[in-house]
Amino acid sequence: MDLSAINPILLLASLMVAATPILLAAIGELVVERAGVLNLGVEGMMITGAICGFIIAVATGSPWLGFIGAAIGGAMLSLLFGVLTQFLLSNQVATGLALTLFGLGLSALMGQGYLGIRAPSFPDWHIPLLGDIPVIGPIVFQHDPMVYIGLLIVASVWFFLNRTRGGLILRAVGENHDAAHALGYHVRRTRMLAIMFGGACAGLGGAYLSLVRVPQWTEGMTAGAGWIALAIVVFASWKPGRLVLGAYLFGGVTVLQLNLQAAGVAVPVEYLSMSPYLATIAVLVIMSAGRAPGSLGRIFHAAR
Amino acid sequence: MKRRTLLASGVAAATLAMAGLPALAQDKTKVGFVYVGPVGDGGWTYEHDKGRQAVEAEFGDAVETVFVESVPEGPDAVRVMQQMALDGADLIFTTSFGYMDQTLEVAAKFPDVKFEHATGFKTADNVGIYSARFYEGRAVQGHIAGNLTKSNIIGYIGSFPIPEVVRGINAAYLAAKAVNPDVEFKIVWAYTWFDPAKEAEAANVLIEQGADVVLQHTDSTAPQAAAQAAGNVYTFGQASDMAEYGPMPRVSSIIDNWAPYYIARTKAVMDGTWESDSTWDGIGAGMVGIGEITDAVPADVKASAEALRDAIAAGEIHPFTGPVNKQDGSVWLADGETADDGTLLGMNFYVEGIEGDIPQ
Amino acid sequence: MIVLDKRPQPSRMWSYAAPVLAVVLTMVVGGILFAALGKNPVEVIRTIFLDPLFSKNAWFYRPQLLIKGAPLVLIAVGLSFGFRAGIWNIGAEGQYIMGALCGAAVGLAFYPMESWLIFPLMIMAGAIGGALWGLIPGLLKVRFGTNEILVSLMLVYVAESLLAAMALGPLKNPEGMGFPGSRNLSQYPSAANLELISGSGMHWGVVAALIAVIFAYVLLARHMFGFQVRLAGQAPRAARFAGVNPARMILICMGLSGALAGLAGMFEVSGPAGQVTIDFNVGYGFTAIIVAFLGRLHPVGILLAGAVMALTYIGGGIAQSNLGLPAAAISLLQGMLLFFLLAVDVLTNYRVRFSNRVAA
Repeated sequence: MDLSAINPILLLASLMVAATPILLAAIGELVVERAGVLNLGVEGMMITGAICGFIIAVATGSPWLGFIGAAIGGAMLSLLFGVLTQFLLSNQVATGLALTLFGLGLSALMGQGYLGIRAPSFPDWHIPLLGDIPVIGPIVFQHDPMVYIGLLIVASVWFFLNRTRGGLILRAVGENHDAAHALGYHVRRTRMLAIMFGGACAGLGGAYLSLVRVPQWTEGMTAGAGWIALAIVVFASWKPGRLVLGAYLFGGVTVLQLNLQAAGVAVPVEYLSMSPYLATIAVLVIMSAGRAPGSLGRIFHAAR
Repeated sequence: MKRRTLLASGVAAATLAMAGLPALAQDKTKVGFVYVGPVGDGGWTYEHDKGRQAVEAEFGDAVETVFVESVPEGPDAVRVMQQMALDGADLIFTTSFGYMDQTLEVAAKFPDVKFEHATGFKTADNVGIYSARFYEGRAVQGHIAGNLTKSNIIGYIGSFPIPEVVRGINAAYLAAKAVNPDVEFKIVWAYTWFDPAKEAEAANVLIEQGADVVLQHTDSTAPQAAAQAAGNVYTFGQASDMAEYGPMPRVSSIIDNWAPYYIARTKAVMDGTWESDSTWDGIGAGMVGIGEITDAVPADVKASAEALRDAIAAGEIHPFTGPVNKQDGSVWLADGETADDGTLLGMNFYVEGIEGDIPQ
Repeated sequence: MIVLDKRPQPSRMWSYAAPVLAVVLTMVVGGILFAALGKNPVEVIRTIFLDPLFSKNAWFYRPQLLIKGAPLVLIAVGLSFGFRAGIWNIGAEGQYIMGALCGAAVGLAFYPMESWLIFPLMIMAGAIGGALWGLIPGLLKVRFGTNEILVSLMLVYVAESLLAAMALGPLKNPEGMGFPGSRNLSQYPSAANLELISGSGMHWGVVAALIAVIFAYVLLARHMFGFQVRLAGQAPRAARFAGVNPARMILICMGLSGALAGLAGMFEVSGPAGQVTIDFNVGYGFTAIIVAFLGRLHPVGILLAGAVMALTYIGGGIAQSNLGLPAAAISLLQGMLLFFLLAVDVLTNYRVRFSNRVAA
């Protein structure tokens, strides 16, 4: 055993990168759930974003355009969910599960012919001055741009939800859609926008895997990341600030156990890997009743 | 067709199949493949499917190949195999360890259909098994890695702690140790065959802890990308050549090359000479391919690695040749003794010098 | 502008016509997709939806429908009670795993002893294991008011990790050459859930599914509990006045659905699957949620929905092997079928009206 081999600076730095795809997907789902909609199709939207982004990045040679394409692809798929649940009033749990099934199939079909191709490279930013700060520099300021964009999105969502009128409406719709409707807010329009934002973010998260993390296209490459994103939203108790913490914790458990293994510590990997989920349940219990958005998962139909 | 005749023909087909007669007179030889992953996984299943395509290319109109991908190990596998047999397959390759019992179960019902099960250890009159001596390739990798490393730390991403993987670790370690006595292995278990995000993480962790060569026994290219991002780190392709990451970080690779075997066994069925056997081929027979060693490797190392490869292929060198002790210091192989296949197949111990325990 | 008016009662006509319409729409859109993939759409649709029932090998496929459909129906029937009462257990996958683990652990504990008592004990262990796992979110909801959707989902991941730990550790087959996975229970007579009539596909899990359907039908139509369940879902406040104890309702629904999911897992692991392996679960618990909705939470509907779902899996396998259709196209088709079913369902519960007034 040689714990000194673990470099805490590098560990934290790689944590920021490891957490980015789930953070992106989770912040989108957070907005969706705050609007009172439970979309279990995150995995399907992520992988669709992964292939859309990959195809466009390869075709144009620009990873930036790839990310935009991924966001659009994810949003388009989520539109399907939105129309079904908001206009045709289908059950959200069943529709979300169907969306995952659909997305996995769709992405695999779209990805035929894109095997063994490399994505155009997406270099790290070495932010001048800030990146040279000892200790903090390498941890925080020497990553690829999407890491910062992810954090920026989280900050913007926090600002939007807590400091703007639109955010207030969105939360009102999520807490009690009947009351929000009675006040004259557009429940369906708000929710459709939230769902599409969720799809776009999930798409970005998927594309981060196919364009930066791997960076290649393979079927099923999200390997369950979308489901982890769902867990993180709950862990964060629907608060953007805690979401970052949650994403780092979930990503951190993996990074930490791998670090311990490499340092020669015998770790019960399987038991360790269930710990974030148990922690999430504990969080749910501690914060107790009533904190989940009041209308989460319920069908809205304006009685007239 | 009327319902009754349908039923009648169903019963007839059943009787025929159960009696072990060919279900239909046919001119083409039909070969089925059952895959555990999607053909687009770029690794394990992808290479098996390349083998299938090679069979088609070799025999043209004389064969018909069919495959079903992403078949879960369990009742679905039984159904898919049986369906292929009923539809007139003469030979079925089942390409995952987890299909072992299912293959035997279906094979017992179709004595005239030949089955080939990859990486298992149970045979029957119409079930042969085949696997590749990937550890031979691991020895070549270990040789290159031991020469290349400056930090003397070699990282190893294991999938699951099973004999196949442990064997690879031991082979690579012995070969690395032979050229670099100071070499040290850091091993992490990813507990997955394929999870790009986790594999990237594992590679990063190893690199951060000082490894400048990373060997992987998982199938995605994520570790290659991680190594490239880190800069001065060498990697090896796994399952596929992963040549798109050459010349750096990927300096060579182990390629699963099933084509020669699939062609030979299909030929045997066509000629009526097929017999159940257990094949465990290595570099010599071409089942394990060593991908091109790039110029990032110094010329003398490249030459010695190629010499090692050729010697193993010719059977002159066995990667497990004594004296070798087990991790606890007890003697495993005496001087000049080579390992027997039985011990290798069930290998569940590290050789002396590797630190840490195999997770149980 | 199109406006939806809620029907006071679900339309009887549409509740029968909607699924048919959905299947027809799926065939049309799916046909276009298959044509775009360069396949003959009529042939593909026929292969997926009709060949499993009416081809020359249908005698083999029909029993497979039972094997594939039984766990789906068994789980979905259990879930339907909770869904009707507004209690959302979406963690059936975890309860399925726990039932399988508990059942298998009991069976393996007795190995190699033979006794007729072992199998009934395993059934009990499976049901209890699933029920306890389902009761955790139930109890937390009753005691702390936590959201059962989220807790039951989290527990799926915990169960999956536990499954991997068991397959690699305590339940690993000591004669398995070090590979992960338990002994094969279907080869251990006292613990095996074999076909009751050879070749029929009927195993105890199928019997249990049929019993569950009948039992649920009677309960919902004739029994006080069924009335309470419906009332709790439709008018929670009225239910309270009618003396329905919400906490008791939650615990009964979670326990019941968990027990049935656990039973499904236990019958699967001791029969068709045979072994506890790392990826023993293939998503039955999630698919069953879809089946429950397709069947409109009605026992007979669930039976039919389970059969249709099983049909697409089996037909999908045939289409892959015989027509070279990629597996992805099948899962796309399944997703489409569900979307259409969910979409046309609006006609059952709402009346569509055209209005000139712009809706809010």
